[in-house]
Amino acid sequence: MSERVNIKKKSSSPEPGTKVSDVKADAALPALGPKEMFRWAWTQLTSMRTALFLLLLLAVAAVPGSLFPQRPANPAIVTQYIKDNPSYGELLDTLQLYDVYSSAWFSAIYLLLFISLIGCVVPRAIAHYKAMRSQPPRTPKRLSRLPEYGTLVVPARAGLPASDAIHSAAGLLKKRGYRVEVRDDDGARPSLGAERGFLKEVGNLVFHTSLIGVLVSVAVGGLFGYSGQRILVEGDTFVNTLVGYDQFTPGTNFEASRLQPYSIQLDKFDITFDRESEGKFGQPIDFTAAVTTKENPDAPARQETLKVNDPVTLGGTSIYLTGNGYAPVVTIRDGAGNVAMQGPVVAKLQGDNYYSSVVIKVPDAKPDQLGFAGFFLPTAFVTDEGVSFSGDPELFNPQLTLNSFYGDLGLDDGAPQNVFELDVKDLTPLNARNLDAGGITLGPGSSYTLPDGKGTISFDGVKRYIGVDIHHNPGQLYALIFALLAVAGLILSLYVNRRRVWVRTGTHEDGRTMVEYGLLARGEDHRLAAEAAALRKLLAEEWQLDPDSAPPQPESSQQTPSHPGENSSGSGETARPVTTPAGPTGPEKDQ
Amino acid sequence: MPYGINETMGQYSELFMLLAAGTYTVAFIAFAWDLARSSKALNAIDLRAAQASKAGTEDGTRIPVAAGIATAAGSAGARGESRLAGPADRAERPTSASASGGNAAGGAMTADGDMKYANVRRAPARVAVALTVLGALIHGAGVVTRALGAGRVPWGNMYEFLTTGAFVAVAVFLLVLIRRDLRFLGTFVVGLAIVMLVAASVAYWTPVGHLVPALQSYWLIIHVSIAVLSSALFTLTFAMSALQLVQSHRQKTVAAGGTDKLGFMRLVPSALSLENLSYRINAIAFIGWTFTLMFGAIWAEKAWGRFWGWDTKEVWTFVIWVVYAGYLHARATRGWTGTRAAWLSIVGYLCVVFNFTIVNQFFNGLHSYSGL
Ligand code: HEM
Repeated sequence: MSERVNIKKKSSSPEPGTKVSDVKADAALPALGPKEMFRWAWTQLTSMRTALFLLLLLAVAAVPGSLFPQRPANPAIVTQYIKDNPSYGELLDTLQLYDVYSSAWFSAIYLLLFISLIGCVVPRAIAHYKAMRSQPPRTPKRLSRLPEYGTLVVPARAGLPASDAIHSAAGLLKKRGYRVEVRDDDGARPSLGAERGFLKEVGNLVFHTSLIGVLVSVAVGGLFGYSGQRILVEGDTFVNTLVGYDQFTPGTNFEASRLQPYSIQLDKFDITFDRESEGKFGQPIDFTAAVTTKENPDAPARQETLKVNDPVTLGGTSIYLTGNGYAPVVTIRDGAGNVAMQGPVVAKLQGDNYYSSVVIKVPDAKPDQLGFAGFFLPTAFVTDEGVSFSGDPELFNPQLTLNSFYGDLGLDDGAPQNVFELDVKDLTPLNARNLDAGGITLGPGSSYTLPDGKGTISFDGVKRYIGVDIHHNPGQLYALIFALLAVAGLILSLYVNRRRVWVRTGTHEDGRTMVEYGLLARGEDHRLAAEAAALRKLLAEEWQLDPDSAPPQPESSQQTPSHPGENSSGSGETARPVTTPAGPTGPEKDQ
Repeated sequence: MPYGINETMGQYSELFMLLAAGTYTVAFIAFAWDLARSSKALNAIDLRAAQASKAGTEDGTRIPVAAGIATAAGSAGARGESRLAGPADRAERPTSASASGGNAAGGAMTADGDMKYANVRRAPARVAVALTVLGALIHGAGVVTRALGAGRVPWGNMYEFLTTGAFVAVAVFLLVLIRRDLRFLGTFVVGLAIVMLVAASVAYWTPVGHLVPALQSYWLIIHVSIAVLSSALFTLTFAMSALQLVQSHRQKTVAAGGTDKLGFMRLVPSALSLENLSYRINAIAFIGWTFTLMFGAIWAEKAWGRFWGWDTKEVWTFVIWVVYAGYLHARATRGWTGTRAAWLSIVGYLCVVFNFTIVNQFFNGLHSYSGL
């Protein structure tokens, strides 16, 4: 279908002083100074072709991010991936394929695209501003060549002079939202030019500009935002200070002083499990956390509910429910009989039905520090082979099975440790299945005395805990606003039709007033014919004519003026009523 | 607390789905028969016409549409300032107004460019449409009973995406049929619906059940319904773009004096008409997809605390959006309208299919709880 386009290209032969872009790219290259080179490069970059190319390139460049594990999402998986694929794992890393969306090449593509976009939008905005302030284009000599064309004849007895006719047509078009200019209204061939649909281009410009807005908002969020995580056992309170977080990721420009010291306390956490369907029996179907919040230390306390999909907003941040589990409450006394540790221990999910791992470190135990590692099962079952598993997520038969160790936990040198892992390298085992003392198995309310007088451990009960993510993203709201603007612009741009209408009138020597009109669309417009029909109807009503009296060219005919081949315009003329005021032989006066 | 589930309703639903698939199969046969028969009939008419006027084929009415556009645009005096109003290589797009009279394009016989219903009665096509309507009614009952059985909207896992998606595709097709004679797409749309229903029942069958908490949000209703609707529209334009390529090839062959080997394509409008209508549908679907993307981001913010995180599903939704943005651009870029734009529309749809099938199943991501 490219022939259509070729013809257009040929027909728009460049005038003197045209932009470089109108000249073929390869022809423009030789013998250019740096300034011309820059201008040439700039026109290339801001051309539609380049925009299209960069768009498609952006689509392609985004794909690898879904094929390879990405660092921002999960750095541990990336490390594992490189380990598992020694042959090319490192190579992919040098190509930044684990950080696709912050990689140099991906950034280059979208930055180029947005530079192109700016270079495209600004001149177009200026041109459109001018177009909106200038008058509709002059009346073409031959309206019959427009895609939509028709004639009307007002009988002589109506007494409607040509100039009155043009003014009444102008009035109608104005009411229809057209901007109208009447030309030559006291001449023999008064005409009018009308145009509407400037919002189409405005919408297009708003759309493209808003895309820049979205990008900038996202960047602002990355600069000034922060995010963090915290685990809260029932009864715990989180205070929004740096030390309050278990994990914290600041944005590039983050300042700790910006944290508002609000607090949030987890009062109770409830889970509903699916007890109806067979396939998903025991799956959680509802999480509800009852929390008490304070905007700042002195503010009144408020009761709120935190749910999945329903974050709590506080102090410019949003707090999301992202995880949960059980926290068995234990009391540990050391060899001296003093309470060395008492409270809930967060158990980390490992398998189905809240099968979780437990690590307890007791650095305060004397004379030896104590460590425990094992499992917590909300509903413990033991198979014949002695393998235990959890049969249900609810607390029907809670059980804590532990091994115990004593020695130096290695916490005193201050190096950070993972609370969910116990490094047993320097520890001496006390309880384990393969030792004489065996492992420790505790139900709620029971306790166990460690061998060698090292102390006791008792299992006092079970609480629930939740994991919350806390985010602050100052760019978010702006991103949303710009996105909405973009959609609004997009809809305008796609659904407003930009049209031009010209009407010319004249008085026949027998006194009749002859009216001809033509319509032209700028851009896609499949309703131009309907608009022509509507205009015709309006005009006919205004002048009390029968709209079908001088029917417009039958639409399906191949001989409509809209398809005049070079030599078929003659045949087009004959198909039209002979009373047409303008035509090849009509007056040549314009404006 | 969600509503209770009703297994009996779920079983009814499955029965309805099977019945719908069966009805569609008969409709599919009818559509195929219509294609075969009509092309045969047209062939016969053609033969007779050819014999009647062996010589006078060049009757002067077959002017390439392109000429009309170029002249129209040029004569309006718009030429000078169109350069001002946009990038130099912006194409004047083919407007539908000049595309009517599809037979003019290229010389090969094609259906009416307006895609309005002609006077010729095509009995098999009518039967096929009637059967499709019947199938869609049963199918709709299946979707509704599924929703009642699960006590929520019926798009929470792959089985439901497929069954509901197939229903929406057929429903959109039937709705468009009211205004436009797109019956030539019948085999494709109904065939696709059958494939989706069979795949749902065989490979992705899931009993009625509750949603995981992350999916329990009104955004599921908004986001997914718009996504499914847009995908249904993309399905139509995919088929039309594919046909456009074939038709354009055929028109060229015939115009160059080759023989017309694809007689059934006479039931299909000209390449230009196909391009114009699929552009309009793609424009609607693109707006829909923009909303899908935006609402997805809003939902992600609510559920996971960040509105964009390049999760695999997000990546592919973005890729699809960009490809269709490219398509809209191509339609306004000189040298990229027509065949190339059609290819972009096809690539975009392949991405939609990929996003739905492969990404849902084999890629790990936050979205991978869709019930497999
Ligand atoms: C971020 C990248 C871009 C995206 C996502 C994008 C998207 C779109 C979309 C969806 C449309 C069709 C809807 C409408 O007409 O408003 C469009 C139209 C348009 N775009 Fe872009 N665009 C991008 C960059 C550019 C650039 C860099 C240019 C300049 C070279 C450009 C120039 C245009 C023009 C001139 C149109 C109007 C075509 C017409 O209707 O005649 N766009 N764009």
